[in-house]
Amino acid sequence: MKWTRRDMIKGLGSLPIAGAVWWAGASSSVLNSKKRSELLEQLNIEPSLPSALPPIGGNPIRVGIIGYGIRGEQLCRALGFASKEWLQNMQKSVDENPKHTALKDFQAQDKLNVQLVAVCDVFDVRAQNVVDSFSTKDNPVKRYKTYQEMIRSGNVDAVIIATPDHWHAPMAIDALENNVHVYVEKPMTHTVEETYRLREAAKKSKAKFMVGHQHRQTLSFKTAQDVVKKGTLGHINMIQTNTNRNDDNGAWNYDIHEKANEQTIDWEQFLGSAPKVPFNKNHFFRWRKWWAYGSGLSGDLLSHDYDRLNCVINMGIPESIVASGGIYTHNDGRNVPDVLQVNMEFPEFSIGSSQKAGKEKGMTFIYSATLGNGFNRPTILMGHDATMELGNRLTIWPDGQSTKYDEMLKAGKMRPSTPIFQYDPGANIPDAISSATSQYFADKGLMWTYIDGVRVDSTFLHLREWLSVIRNGGTLSCGIKEGFEEAMVAHMTGLSWKLGRRIDWDHNTETIEPIEGVDFDAILLSSTNV
Amino acid sequence: MTITKKGWGLNDSVVLMRIFIGWHFLYEGIIKIYNPDWTSFGYLASAQGPLKSVFAALTNEAIIGWVDGLNMAALIVVGLCFLFGVFEKKAAIIGIGLLAMYYLAHPSFPWLIEANVEGSYWFVNKNLIELAACMVIFQLPTGHYFGLKRLFSKKNNEIKIEKV
Repeated sequence: MKWTRRDMIKGLGSLPIAGAVWWAGASSSVLNSKKRSELLEQLNIEPSLPSALPPIGGNPIRVGIIGYGIRGEQLCRALGFASKEWLQNMQKSVDENPKHTALKDFQAQDKLNVQLVAVCDVFDVRAQNVVDSFSTKDNPVKRYKTYQEMIRSGNVDAVIIATPDHWHAPMAIDALENNVHVYVEKPMTHTVEETYRLREAAKKSKAKFMVGHQHRQTLSFKTAQDVVKKGTLGHINMIQTNTNRNDDNGAWNYDIHEKANEQTIDWEQFLGSAPKVPFNKNHFFRWRKWWAYGSGLSGDLLSHDYDRLNCVINMGIPESIVASGGIYTHNDGRNVPDVLQVNMEFPEFSIGSSQKAGKEKGMTFIYSATLGNGFNRPTILMGHDATMELGNRLTIWPDGQSTKYDEMLKAGKMRPSTPIFQYDPGANIPDAISSATSQYFADKGLMWTYIDGVRVDSTFLHLREWLSVIRNGGTLSCGIKEGFEEAMVAHMTGLSWKLGRRIDWDHNTETIEPIEGVDFDAILLSSTNV
Repeated sequence: MTITKKGWGLNDSVVLMRIFIGWHFLYEGIIKIYNPDWTSFGYLASAQGPLKSVFAALTNEAIIGWVDGLNMAALIVVGLCFLFGVFEKKAAIIGIGLLAMYYLAHPSFPWLIEANVEGSYWFVNKNLIELAACMVIFQLPTGHYFGLKRLFSKKNNEIKIEKV
């Protein structure tokens, strides 16, 4: 057989093509990954894992739950105690949609060395639900009519407080004075005066005190701390963070239980220090809508957003706060605003700069909220060198005029429109999220985080840290210092909105600058604006 | 011996198509094999249409590695066979199988909302067209005309070509 030149060309012609395609594919892949690693090397950001905690050994820690409402139930689940009703409902959800993960996530959660031994709730149905769901032969859950009885019973080592805001401080202070450990929901207090008293009680007590800002456990926030510390963003001069919700649940119009009445609810105890008003189911179940029991956007949601950033850049209490807004989307008898804009000034804020010394200092923190629109406005930190979007995911874009990245920008190695860093610990996990409100919390990193690709409830991690420190000692990530700051910021915001003027903070005396003739706490609790 | 037709004929067109498809398959395979972070997880997890659950099942942690490996290997094998003009029929069948799966995972049905699609499609999309092209290659192997086969089974094929 003879091969002509034509045979050779037609027989072997495709070899160089194959070689070229192979080379092109390989070099493009390798070049891309080289470029990426070069960039990452320069940025040197380390996605951090949660610090390892020593195990909670010994006898189980005996925990009492005070307030088994929506949040109380979530906290108990994070502790490992899901009510029978919830388990049944979740099983139904799984039957309808196999992708529903809530039940699976709950079952996969590590078991904590705790016993749920006591409950205190002024609504009989809820208290009974805890007794029925979690009592076992060896461990009957006991219901206490008052928190004082529970704290003094000698049966509980620790309490979780998930009541309306106006009960947080009285209960926490009483527990701390009796050396019972406390996990309290945010905001940790309802008035300015309580905030100091609770701080004193926490300092004096042998018991551990934790505030429920569970996002401090979220991996993206731990990574963000590293980003900021390494100067990736340059001087941060503005932070924007937002609340956008547009559903009944998000506007605190929670369901009213059919069995709720004057016989099943201890109304006097619910009211406590609040103004005496006749029995009102709306007030009981939707207490976040009134200053007498709650603190509206400033205490419920701004406190989260403030603390999310305080845990990343540790900015402390601002020098001044100006707030405005109104009741514009849910004119349903509430007296807390549902649209709120807050400007916090930090003129001394600095975390280093890429420009000449002294040129940059100070920052404004803007919180903007509406309960009448659900468009997702992300949290962004704006620095001279880069912008960071922060949620459960984290993305960084270089700034076109950055000093730090000037060379790389000029060399075309960076472009302002292309992120230089992205951190998404749950990138490959498809979620089946149910409600608008839970999506809101998930986006903010308030619901769960991912560890080694596994979804973990951040509240579980937060509670575990608290229990571990109770047993083994150590520092809490959201203790009294952090709680003091978030509570004070919430109160200053409420005051500014109510008074329609700027509220100043004196860092030396750690007090709000007095305003002549104004009793801050009376203003804060009043149902009307000045 | 060199009784070839003058001008551009059907064989030339089919060869060109075969090389382009081989080129495409090979490049897709190579890009993936040299990128350690690549995975089909996202494509499968976001699958739509009647076989959604089948594709979702492939994302199982225990088998996703195999799914990725087989996909890359199949892409490269089909690519090389088409380019070199060997085992075209077998390669065409594998190619058809791969493309059918890509299509079925994200079919261009008007009632499905598809994200990240670069064109406008109504039932027929580029995967489906490439699939049909593979059928042509299956029925009209051209390796003996342009490809390694020309060097090894020359005589038998000369005649066949003339018949085309």
